[in-house]
Amino acid sequence: MNFLILLVVIFGIVAIAQLAKVSDLSASLSGRREEDISKADSRLIGALFMVFFAVLMGATIFLYTSYGNMLPESASAHGVEVDWLMNFNWWIITFVFVVVNALLFFFSWKYAYDPARKATFFAHDNRLELIWTVIPSIVLAVIIIYGLKTWTAITGPASDDALRIEMYSKQFDWSARYPGADGEFGQGNFNLITSSNPLGVITREASAEVLNTLEEKIGKIETNLGLELGLLQAERATLVATIATDDHGHGHDDHAAHDDHGSHDDHGHGEDAWKSIAEHRIAEIDELIAHGGDGLLIWTEAKIETQRAKLHRLKRHRQRVLDVKGFELESGVDAWDAGKDDKIVKGEFHLPVGREVEFVFRSRDVIHSAYMPHFRSQMNSVPGVPTRFKMTPIITTDSMRTILGDPAFNYILLCNKVCGAAHFNMKMDIVVESEANYEAWLAAQETFVPAEEAAEEAAEEAAEMATEEPLAETAMQH
Amino acid sequence: MANAHHKESFISKYVFSQDHKMISKQFLITAIFMGMIAVMLSVFFRLQIGWPGESFGIIDAFMGKWGEGGVLDRNGYLSIVTIHGTIMVFFVLTGGLSGTFSNLLIPLQIGARDMASGFLNMLSYWFFLTSSVIMVFSLFIEGGAASGGWTIYPPLSALPQAMPGSGLGMTLWLIAMTLFVVSSLLGSLNYIVTIMNLRTKGMKMLRLPLTMWAFLVTAILGVLSFPVLVSAVVLMIMDRSMGTAFYLSDIFIAGEALDVTGGSPILFQHLFWFLGHPEVYIVLLPALGISSEIISTNARKPIFGYRAMVGSIIAIGFLSFIVWAHHMYITGMNPFLGSVFVFTTLLIAIPSAVKAFNYITTLWKGNLRFTPAMIFSIGLVSTFVTGGLTGIILADSALDVQVHDTYFVVAHFHIVMGLSAIFGMFAGVYHWFPKMFGRMMNTKLGYAHFWVTFVCGYGVFFPMHFVGLAGAPRRYYENSAFTYLDGVTDLNVVISIFAIIGSTGQLIFVFNFFRSIFRGQPAVQNPWKGTTLEWTTPVERIHGNWPGALPEVYRWPYDYSNPEHDVDFVPQNVPLKDGETEH
Repeated sequence: MNFLILLVVIFGIVAIAQLAKVSDLSASLSGRREEDISKADSRLIGALFMVFFAVLMGATIFLYTSYGNMLPESASAHGVEVDWLMNFNWWIITFVFVVVNALLFFFSWKYAYDPARKATFFAHDNRLELIWTVIPSIVLAVIIIYGLKTWTAITGPASDDALRIEMYSKQFDWSARYPGADGEFGQGNFNLITSSNPLGVITREASAEVLNTLEEKIGKIETNLGLELGLLQAERATLVATIATDDHGHGHDDHAAHDDHGSHDDHGHGEDAWKSIAEHRIAEIDELIAHGGDGLLIWTEAKIETQRAKLHRLKRHRQRVLDVKGFELESGVDAWDAGKDDKIVKGEFHLPVGREVEFVFRSRDVIHSAYMPHFRSQMNSVPGVPTRFKMTPIITTDSMRTILGDPAFNYILLCNKVCGAAHFNMKMDIVVESEANYEAWLAAQETFVPAEEAAEEAAEEAAEMATEEPLAETAMQH
Repeated sequence: MANAHHKESFISKYVFSQDHKMISKQFLITAIFMGMIAVMLSVFFRLQIGWPGESFGIIDAFMGKWGEGGVLDRNGYLSIVTIHGTIMVFFVLTGGLSGTFSNLLIPLQIGARDMASGFLNMLSYWFFLTSSVIMVFSLFIEGGAASGGWTIYPPLSALPQAMPGSGLGMTLWLIAMTLFVVSSLLGSLNYIVTIMNLRTKGMKMLRLPLTMWAFLVTAILGVLSFPVLVSAVVLMIMDRSMGTAFYLSDIFIAGEALDVTGGSPILFQHLFWFLGHPEVYIVLLPALGISSEIISTNARKPIFGYRAMVGSIIAIGFLSFIVWAHHMYITGMNPFLGSVFVFTTLLIAIPSAVKAFNYITTLWKGNLRFTPAMIFSIGLVSTFVTGGLTGIILADSALDVQVHDTYFVVAHFHIVMGLSAIFGMFAGVYHWFPKMFGRMMNTKLGYAHFWVTFVCGYGVFFPMHFVGLAGAPRRYYENSAFTYLDGVTDLNVVISIFAIIGSTGQLIFVFNFFRSIFRGQPAVQNPWKGTTLEWTTPVERIHGNWPGALPEVYRWPYDYSNPEHDVDFVPQNVPLKDGETEH
């Protein structure tokens, strides 16, 4: 196969070369110059332009009829308007496309070179130019007015009883979150993300869990750094050197090292105390080095560097988690509790037909885009910048299956902003169904903190409140 | 230029040349090589899109570890899509198009001995070449080239954890682009200064050929917008390497919550498109200027509405600065701001419409000489109209919601920017080849090249609109996960077949070009019977352009078939006859 392709390419090149040679030869024999276009060539090219135009029109009609309606009718209310607007614009541009191309190719054919004719000197005509400035302006004004009318309707505020759903994106999947019985989403915070809390929903437990994990990691790195042979030796050397300078130099010249260990105001007494601490530490290090055995670590400079950097990052992370503060939402729900009854689903999510839904989009890592082609809906999902889009589904999945005659059909939400290797696979099914079915489906979904657990917690909390020891504060001070 | 005939060494004549004509050839040949690479990459990913998962020997042979077993790897796919776009937009259609024709034509058409600064001009080329080399070499590194799309939206491009291409590949991309911008700025400043200051006696602004107007406005756009890209790139480099968070906020990736808050990825998009949209016209305007010149010359008619053409070039240039956010309707930007950009964007259609109608009126009752340059220019008008019209749909924010980032967009900008601009470039090469090399290109091969390119260009990008309308997202490795796209599978196959034929067809041009440099028919001084000053220079292409005094200009550049004269063209340096009024 490859060999065959290679042969074709080689023959192609040889053919082109031969063609060039023949045309050069004939040119030099007849004294023809490259810039002289023969009458036959002119007519041929004029005719080819007309043929091309005919084929282009044929292709346009074919494509419009066979591929113009690949998407079924809009399954959302605003989509009906969008489709109307699309058709409206589409017919305008198709008209211009046909007329302008027709004129272009027709003139190319009609006015092909004829040495007997002289072109008409026609340099400008203000009236004509005015016409084709004003007419497009009017048409565009109409397009702009209709477009902005639809745009304002699409992007206007959602109604108060709209269903709110948070769509959360990450490489490479989507989740949908429903606010639960209290009607409030738990706040999300990227610092609280763990494998069991992929959306970073804020609850006291989530905060405590993350803090615990962080403390563990910080402790482990600190312990390891305390067992690294090179670091121990360096520390010991510094201590020994400082003690030595203090003994001989009356402790006045170099305070820097002492300041690290604090308490240097009271010279005589403080110095002795510090010295004994230092000696104690030296003994400790000697003991470790002598008997530490397998516990001791020997790391490269690079490894120490990365571990220290990691330690720094973990401590910053800990601080950010500590900074997460509780507050009361407008509806009176405590922000720490709002997330407990949230329902998070993956793979597919359900929408009631005929009810407005306002999506709020959040992203964990890079920009994604939630594209729902059947609903004529799309909005980017940007890390750090929540976005919104509202729509009202008007055709249930079942009805659409009937319309399309495809029992396997499903509405879909897919990622439409390149986000990495598996971008082309990042999707979620959408099921549109009756309000009753939707309620039943939603009721069957697990809450973020399972109901029994939440109840237990509430009881515990009440008990703790009674003993005036709020759980939140213990967690914070931890 | 008293010593115009002194002996030059090989190095100073062909390598570190300061002569604008040599520099233009250097730009052109570099751009042709870059173009061949980018076209080849497009064939590779079209193979994957047309026949997903199938094995191809050519991918196995060229793509190394990203094409094992002849199937393109998913990351490799994204990186060649990215590099294809980057090379085409910046290296071929910006550097190649402006670099070649601004350099060649500005001094020749305004009657100057050379550019205002030959040295800066030379630097401009060498920065261009260096950045081209870095960009191409980034394809060969361990983690692969940059792969977040040519628009490199952060955080995807800012975080090496997000994809392999966002590591060293992205760093090289940023370095290459910075050097590219330096090149572009040096060139543009030079073009502006030269056109403003070095016009020969009598060359008033309204006697400039439309090519000059187009190149002037293009250079101004470049000077005003490219620095903004540099600032975007510098902030990106700081985010990547110095721990800042201009574009980053609230990110959890690779199991870690990053220590970044307060930045906005949308800021990058504003900065990028503040360059990115004028960039579209930086690409397109030179092509429109070239085709204006060629259509008038070969229709043997003055360009219709010269002043309207100048006005529309300026209007397009101005408007191009206040439309950038139409790329961002669905980023969550304030909808009212979106409305403003809908308005300004659709305004651009007015000067564009004026240009299209003026071209057509120029053809009307002309005497059309179908040189290869002329038919490419006619092709340009067709693609400019066809591609421009779908822009009306994309500019309409309510409709953009549905077609944003689908193949509809890809079809739109490839027809209007890809085909039109490249047609302008081809037209320019066929037309001014005799000025560059003193020889003619083969006309018949030019015809063959045009028809293959024209038919395949439409064949690739026209059906693509319908793939987009069916809701197919761009930059997808395959559509297998989405049954609703099954209906356009066969269209994708057709598109890929046209892409392969069309790409292979470009070899006709490459062959014709390089062969004609050495074997083409020797040119005469004014083969197309043009009126502009470049055709008054000798065929030998001497340093300093004119052997004697500089020509003096007495009339506008479009005196074709002027009824007051017997000949069908009157060059600009011919004085007015008694009683003749200048047009």
